[in-house]
Amino acid sequence: MKINSKALKFGDNINTDIIIPGKYLTITDEKEMGKHAMDGIDPKFAEKSRGGTVLVVGENFGSGSSREQAPIALKNADVKCVVAKSFARIFYRNAINIGLPVLECSDLWADVQDGDLLSVTLEEGTIKNSRSGKVFKAQPLPPFILEIIQSGGLLNQLKQKQTTKKNK
Amino acid sequence: MNVIEKILSRASGEKEVVPGQIVDAKIDHAMINEITGYLVARYFHEAGAKKVWDPKKVTVVLDHTIPAPTAEAAEVHRIVRGFARDLNLPGFYDVGRGGVCHQVMVEKGNVKPGDVIVGADSHTVTYGGLGAFSTGIGSTEMTSVFITGKLWFKVPKIIRIDVNGKFGQYVGAKDLFLRVAREIGFSGATYMGLEFKGPTVKKLSVSSRLTLCNMTIEVGGKAGIVEPDEKTIEYVKSKTSEPFTPLYSDPDAEYARTLQVDVTGMPSQVACPNAVDNVKPVSELSGVELDQVYIGSCTNGRIEDLKIAADIIRGKKVNPRTRLVVVPASQEVFIDAMNEGLIQTFAEAGAAIATASCGACYGGHLGVLAAGETCLSTTNRNFIGRMGDPKAKVYLGSPAVAAASALTGRITDPETLR
Ligand code: SF4
Repeated sequence: MKINSKALKFGDNINTDIIIPGKYLTITDEKEMGKHAMDGIDPKFAEKSRGGTVLVVGENFGSGSSREQAPIALKNADVKCVVAKSFARIFYRNAINIGLPVLECSDLWADVQDGDLLSVTLEEGTIKNSRSGKVFKAQPLPPFILEIIQSGGLLNQLKQKQTTKKNK
Repeated sequence: MNVIEKILSRASGEKEVVPGQIVDAKIDHAMINEITGYLVARYFHEAGAKKVWDPKKVTVVLDHTIPAPTAEAAEVHRIVRGFARDLNLPGFYDVGRGGVCHQVMVEKGNVKPGDVIVGADSHTVTYGGLGAFSTGIGSTEMTSVFITGKLWFKVPKIIRIDVNGKFGQYVGAKDLFLRVAREIGFSGATYMGLEFKGPTVKKLSVSSRLTLCNMTIEVGGKAGIVEPDEKTIEYVKSKTSEPFTPLYSDPDAEYARTLQVDVTGMPSQVACPNAVDNVKPVSELSGVELDQVYIGSCTNGRIEDLKIAADIIRGKKVNPRTRLVVVPASQEVFIDAMNEGLIQTFAEAGAAIATASCGACYGGHLGVLAAGETCLSTTNRNFIGRMGDPKAKVYLGSPAVAAASALTGRITDPETLR
């Protein structure tokens, strides 16, 4: 799976209250929720992110609440992949489960500026920055997690498995 | 093995487990609230599921936005209420019937020592206070648990925290945790568990142990736990007649790291904006003026907490410069507080008392902050924007510090009011 998108960069400890503040949690429309992604740090984020973004962030991304609305908001704000120095546990599981690719890479962050064009190959866990020409290596995702992401999330995977069963 | 390893090995039918191992564990109880639950309701239908694996083992609580402050919140309630009714779930707690989900879970006897419990809320770690392994998960995984009754876990490494010494009169579990947070750092226990041990932990009440474990997620922890003892067993037996077999750490259990804490002479601790590990002794902050003081939440909204606060406030008035909001953690706590005259004490002092709920803890309603305002809160998070405007400042402290601060209008060591 290849992702080619511009980078948007943020620092350490972006928690779930920043990714989607509490006041938006009762929004039930996912597209609408996407409009408020990262509202706690950049109210213009959704606009900037339009057209596809690789979010490049620091340590401990997604700490705090178990709200799945956090990765959902990012996905609906056109975020194609999040590359962090490190993730908080619940966010990491949630992102995979809703089909948002997440990679851990500590070296990319320092090399990236807002707007750089990044090419991510999920199978290999590589990220290329076309401005600097450098290639970075993240821990590749294990096959069972890649499968969930390729299906568009755990739920879609469950549904697809059920249909293949029926069609057999 | 330590107690968490033992619980996970029993739940997954493995003789022995080691940190890093992935196990497929049977779930003893699963919990959702409306914020995470409406997604579970949506996914459950999308997956074409018709039945919950065991309706007695799931609990559904409306707590974050109750009573509904907006039509959108009401719609979320309607979806979750309908979901619980359609599935005939006995453990559904509507507005006015429950309170904060975690308090409801322990009060209704849904948590027993040795259990594996998942909740679609990060503070599910609270139940470690009763000797259970419990952790927060997202809505998609919860949907899968609702259908299958199982979930995979990576066995976490455990940090052991040995606590010795005697607390001062106004110092307790909240202060202890904030001290530990300063040491470990806000992400220092990511993917790990925390086991609290030692004579000082043994002396803590069940309520205080819940406070301690509740905060473990704030340092990234996957779970917190206090081994069960007579107090735990007595408490659980008073709530449920279901049988249970507690589990304990072996004397030679292995830990990733051990931290020693002595609380003798430790003053009250306060976490400053905007991080839980930005902790200072209360005396260093005594100049900070407050627009609001908030007492409540799954961390410090139990009857023990309200008593501590009421004892300090009784017969006095909230300082005109500030306002005090008191939110009991559950309907049961509210009723107890009424019977013990605590509600009267708070009301006469000039406090606003809100219905049992999450209230302003996560910035929903019932006391959210304006830009530039400062609040001292007994809750667990002081992230930017957590209790309202991103330009508001939140300090975290114990109920005793909150009560003393409400009387003076600035951050105050309760010791100085004696
Ligand atoms: S009281 Fe606060 S921390 Fe506890 S469940 Fe409610 S919002 Fe979350």
